[in-house]
Amino acid sequence: MNKYLLIPLVLFIGLVAFLLVGLNRDPRELPSPLINKAAPDFQLQRLTEPARIFSPKDMRGKVWLLNFWGTWCIACRDEHPRLIEYAKSKAVPIYGVDYKYANDRNDERAAAIQFLAQEGNPYTETIYDPEGRTSIDYGVYGAPESFLIDKNGVVRFKQIGPITDEVWNKKILPLAQQLNQ
Amino acid sequence: MKVQQPINSVKLCGPLCLCGEIPCEQIHHRGTENSQSFTEKSIRIFLKQYGLILVMVCGLLFSSFGFALAKEAQPNEDPQLEQRMKHLTEQLRCLVCQNETLADSRADLAEDLRKQIREQIRAGKTDQEIIAFLTERYGDFVLYNPPVKKTTYLLWFGPFVLLIVGTGVLYRYVKSRREKIKETPLTAAERKQAEEILNA
Repeated sequence: MNKYLLIPLVLFIGLVAFLLVGLNRDPRELPSPLINKAAPDFQLQRLTEPARIFSPKDMRGKVWLLNFWGTWCIACRDEHPRLIEYAKSKAVPIYGVDYKYANDRNDERAAAIQFLAQEGNPYTETIYDPEGRTSIDYGVYGAPESFLIDKNGVVRFKQIGPITDEVWNKKILPLAQQLNQ
Repeated sequence: MKVQQPINSVKLCGPLCLCGEIPCEQIHHRGTENSQSFTEKSIRIFLKQYGLILVMVCGLLFSSFGFALAKEAQPNEDPQLEQRMKHLTEQLRCLVCQNETLADSRADLAEDLRKQIREQIRAGKTDQEIIAFLTERYGDFVLYNPPVKKTTYLLWFGPFVLLIVGTGVLYRYVKSRREKIKETPLTAAERKQAEEILNA
């Protein structure tokens, strides 16, 4: 038997393996170009105190988690009780960016204040992004998204979609501990 | 296979996005109503039976009136700007509805991004600068035309390599085959023998 006849079979198996790997990948999870780069700077009002401006520069020297969310975002509501738990553990301070929904909705700020009052507030500070510009600067496309930022203001980890216990315990916590050393 | 978390179905519907015409919240609310008046019940039965047709008709209507319904005001100030805008956004991907271009998508994020691109065009930014603005944030995935770089060499040159290798293999195969079936003329004795057989 001609051994060259096996070549198409090997090629075919290779192709199948290639496609199988592709099938199991989530097309929504894109590698963020921000990883290991400086977290984009911004100056935004705090949700409840518009007079006070927050900037990531204030956070130099701390390891912190920046969480983009909105009251309109159902996956964020799903994540919310877990965030409260994580915040209680005091392992990493969580800062929230409340992201406005659409150009035709202007009540996001009030809605967010009410939501946090009712459901509990996991955030050390909540920042309000009225035009979504900061969210665009961070490349947010599927809220909630969370960024772990180190003491030098460099993004070290990004979670697209809700943080699960697995992600928190296996990725965020160990990395935060390592960065805090 | 990775187990899909139930939350993904919500996520796919898209927090930032109205890929379809029904906002997620409305889908969400539909199942939670408790009061069931008679009319509600009959509407429900009607929807169950004719829902698909209704959805199809709505789909047709929406697709033909899509432009009129789009929330975004159509700026008619500067045709040149719009021309550039169209040219640019047609090669960019909307990240919320991943199979749509930034030009076509009605997701809120796409709308915001178009707004920013318009501003940048007005501010005199070049196309390259605007594309760089987007790739810095969302990565090369926003480009429908992937750039030529180390990680995309296989994508860009793989087909040509396959073509060259394939041509080589075919050439060698044909050559070896030709050698195998090379014509060897009959000797005089063989020819005589053959003639005898044929004439018998």
